[in-house]
Amino acid sequence: MSGAGGTAAATAAWAHEGYEMVVGLEVHVELATRTKLFSGSPNRFGDEPNTNIDPVTLGLPGALPVLNRQAVELAIKLGLALNCRVQRSTFARKNYFYPDMPKAYQISQYDEPISVDGWLDLPDGFRVGIERAHMEEDTGKSTHVGGAGGRIHGSEHSLIDFNRAGVPLVEIVSRPDIRTPEQAKAYVSELRAILVATGVSDAKMEEGSMRVDANVSVRRPGDALGTRCEIKNVNSVRSVGRAIEYEARRQIAMIDAGEPVVQQTRHWNENDGKTHTLRSKEDADDYRYFLEPDLVVVDPDPEWIERVRGSLPVLPAARRTRLAEATGQAADSEAVLVVVERGQDSYVLAVGAADGDLGRALVHVKEAFAEQGDAPAVPAADLAKLTRLEVAGTLTATQAKQVLAALVERGGGDAEAIAAAKGFEALDTSELEAMVDAAIAAQPDAWEKFCAGEGKAMGALVGEVMKASRGQADGKLVSRLFNQRKPG
Amino acid sequence: MVDDPDGIPTTAADIAWGVRNGITKAADVVERHLGEIERRDGEIHAFNLVLAEAARARAAEIDERVSLGHDAGPLAGVPVAVKDNMCTRGVPTTCSSKILEGWTPPYDATIVTRLNEAGAIIVGKTNLDEFAMGSSTENSAFGATRNPHDTARVPGGSSGGSAAAVAANFAPLALGSDTGGSIRQPAALCGVVGVKPTYGAVSRYGLVAFASSLDQIGPLAHTVNDAALLLEAISGHDPMDSTSIAGGPLDVSRGLDFGVAGLRIGRITDLPEGADPDVTARLDEAFDALRAAGAEIVDVRVPAFTYGLTAYYLIAPAEASSNLARYDGVRYGLRVDAPDTNAMYLATRTEGFGDEVKRRIMLGTYALSAGYYDAYYGRALKVRRRIADDFAAAYESCDALLTPSSPSVAFHHGDKTSDPMQMYLCDTYTIPSNLSGEPGMSVPFGTGDAGLPVGVQVLAPALGEPVMFRVAAELERRAT
Repeated sequence: MSGAGGTAAATAAWAHEGYEMVVGLEVHVELATRTKLFSGSPNRFGDEPNTNIDPVTLGLPGALPVLNRQAVELAIKLGLALNCRVQRSTFARKNYFYPDMPKAYQISQYDEPISVDGWLDLPDGFRVGIERAHMEEDTGKSTHVGGAGGRIHGSEHSLIDFNRAGVPLVEIVSRPDIRTPEQAKAYVSELRAILVATGVSDAKMEEGSMRVDANVSVRRPGDALGTRCEIKNVNSVRSVGRAIEYEARRQIAMIDAGEPVVQQTRHWNENDGKTHTLRSKEDADDYRYFLEPDLVVVDPDPEWIERVRGSLPVLPAARRTRLAEATGQAADSEAVLVVVERGQDSYVLAVGAADGDLGRALVHVKEAFAEQGDAPAVPAADLAKLTRLEVAGTLTATQAKQVLAALVERGGGDAEAIAAAKGFEALDTSELEAMVDAAIAAQPDAWEKFCAGEGKAMGALVGEVMKASRGQADGKLVSRLFNQRKPG
Repeated sequence: MVDDPDGIPTTAADIAWGVRNGITKAADVVERHLGEIERRDGEIHAFNLVLAEAARARAAEIDERVSLGHDAGPLAGVPVAVKDNMCTRGVPTTCSSKILEGWTPPYDATIVTRLNEAGAIIVGKTNLDEFAMGSSTENSAFGATRNPHDTARVPGGSSGGSAAAVAANFAPLALGSDTGGSIRQPAALCGVVGVKPTYGAVSRYGLVAFASSLDQIGPLAHTVNDAALLLEAISGHDPMDSTSIAGGPLDVSRGLDFGVAGLRIGRITDLPEGADPDVTARLDEAFDALRAAGAEIVDVRVPAFTYGLTAYYLIAPAEASSNLARYDGVRYGLRVDAPDTNAMYLATRTEGFGDEVKRRIMLGTYALSAGYYDAYYGRALKVRRRIADDFAAAYESCDALLTPSSPSVAFHHGDKTSDPMQMYLCDTYTIPSNLSGEPGMSVPFGTGDAGLPVGVQVLAPALGEPVMFRVAAELERRAT
């Protein structure tokens, strides 16, 4: 499974016992700002605990928040990338007590968020509505020492690191449009790709700079929405799929057993693959939201918004379309997804521009450059030459792979010279035909089975030819020759 | 004001002039005021903390600057008493609450930085009603402050320590904070000038919040001119306070001698009743004095004025319930240990907060609660807008308004402590301008029952401080 989420599977309907799942995702992302949302302390992951702090971060008496302009700009950028309307917005206080929340309230946008009413298209074209994307500050981080499982209950004492407190977040709330685990995974992957491409966030789920909560309910198709549960602690794309799959089945089992689904916040446990009750609706805090009196209205002027719009890079969806059109592949084909996700699409196009074959280039970049990251070390012109040799039939796919490995190792070079040095010569068809005939003679049983329609028997026959050609033969061509000889 | 027998001037303006010109030594000024504090603060209890050594060191520094020919600043050598809810780096800041006992801020409030830049000398931190919640300075965890005019009486509050410090000549200037009248009412009761500037004119950075949308720092002084000097030193935009108004310091001293000829002074005909006869008599005389000075007195209506108190006691506690939630025992101040976190919160806050603070936290929590928000907090916000609209309409026909500062002269200790509503009514006349964000000041104008000072309040539209100070200066000249 590639990191780019589902392909064909995303379109397949999920259904269980006649129910469908209805899923909305709430994704928190840390913005890649230099400083915190309301103070000048650095926004940096991994520093010594309690070093990136100041009176505002610690909520000291008398300290006041001042909004970070860069955070607003990144929030606008994200809103635009998600096709939202960017609007006049305000901050509110969300009041509740927690030891790692220094003011005992979180400053968060509430009824007037900066971005509303957008959408995100999954690679297969499925559109997920975006309800809102609002700014808020992160809390500090508690580490519970002693007790079981790092939870606060039963722990001996807790340590608090306020480095994360006040880090700018945007919470992206989708509409409950998602109907399958694959769509949910594709949504998270696509959102992450957009965040990285725009530079809004590094979106590292493993470092917590991207965190996913899932709202899950089930219903019979066409019925009103069922009671939902919110799943917390879903920390990887894979967990997103597993958690909502488990949760939907759990709810269906309850309904079928005649028990009502109770609105709850539930905790996904990666180890046992289950969700567990965290708190029920009755225990929910009354957050007593009210307008934050220490801040003023955020009303970005239209010129600023347009300037930000102008700074948006080509987004992953458009890049996939571009690459798909150039290579003749489907936009949600695995090769296109993977190559765009790795940011190697412009390299593939450069190979095409250097008179290389785009289809072969796409395959090579997807497979051979898998470990190379953003900047393949082989000049586009060198790879272009290799693909030309392949297309011309001078090199087989197998040979081309070996030449490519040499190109990668040397950081480029002349594919023709490398092939010659390796002693690769195109086997002419008459040589191959002789080897095919020899294989049929050597493996009569396999040939009989193959002729009787057992496709699997082809393997032994092709293997025989490969052995004879010391791996030089083009597998596809060999298969074709066997098929031609098949009677009827 | 006349100079003391020892030749040291009594007003801030004269002290600063003398110090800057090398005629008066800042060291002598400080010693004189520390002497007064030493002599009488045991009885008055204006201060939570006297910074004698720091003040002496500052004075020496300023005298040296002067001797080297440097400009020592507009408030050179002037002792200033600072209310103990403003952060002073390295100096305890208690808000007169047990919950902050032992806490020392690692940073200075913006006003402290500006005082230092202006050459002022902070002589101590003054007592207040806990977290500025009260009108008598009796709600202090460290004991009540007494009125220097009659120590059996309260100095008003919540900036009672600052008002008493000025009245008792412990310092010619003091800073207070005013959320519903906490500068103007004690100024009136102590017979000094007290100013609540336009919201946003003075930075709140470093002012421990009570009700953020209402809190404003302002000066207390013997004279209108001194109050103007201090206001000019501390006002002006501060990038650390998002609600701070853009632009430089207020310019208020320039017009003090202009008089009031041609100004239209509004008399609010539908003002809430309840002021004592001695107070209303002085108010009438103030109108007469201004008329005699050439002002036109016009009748205006401010219908929503009367609902100010009710709206205030929803909005201010609501904000306070949130602002005071941070005192949870986790990071600083008092912590009362308990078996788990919630029990620790409860024990700490139960032990650390006084009754009035708890009352307001409960009021505010209730007003913001789901299902009650619209009926209480939401409606109070609507009243708040109405008050601002009504003031705006009134200012179409006048330049400033005159009202009592306080319904009564200073009352006796214990008179109103058993009935919060009686205490709240002390701020009837001052609260509406906090809700509208507009400036107001109290200026002494004669005496009332028992020979105690009476204050008259001048109100003006937002950033109307220049006109407000002109009117106050005229009243000061004509006061008996």
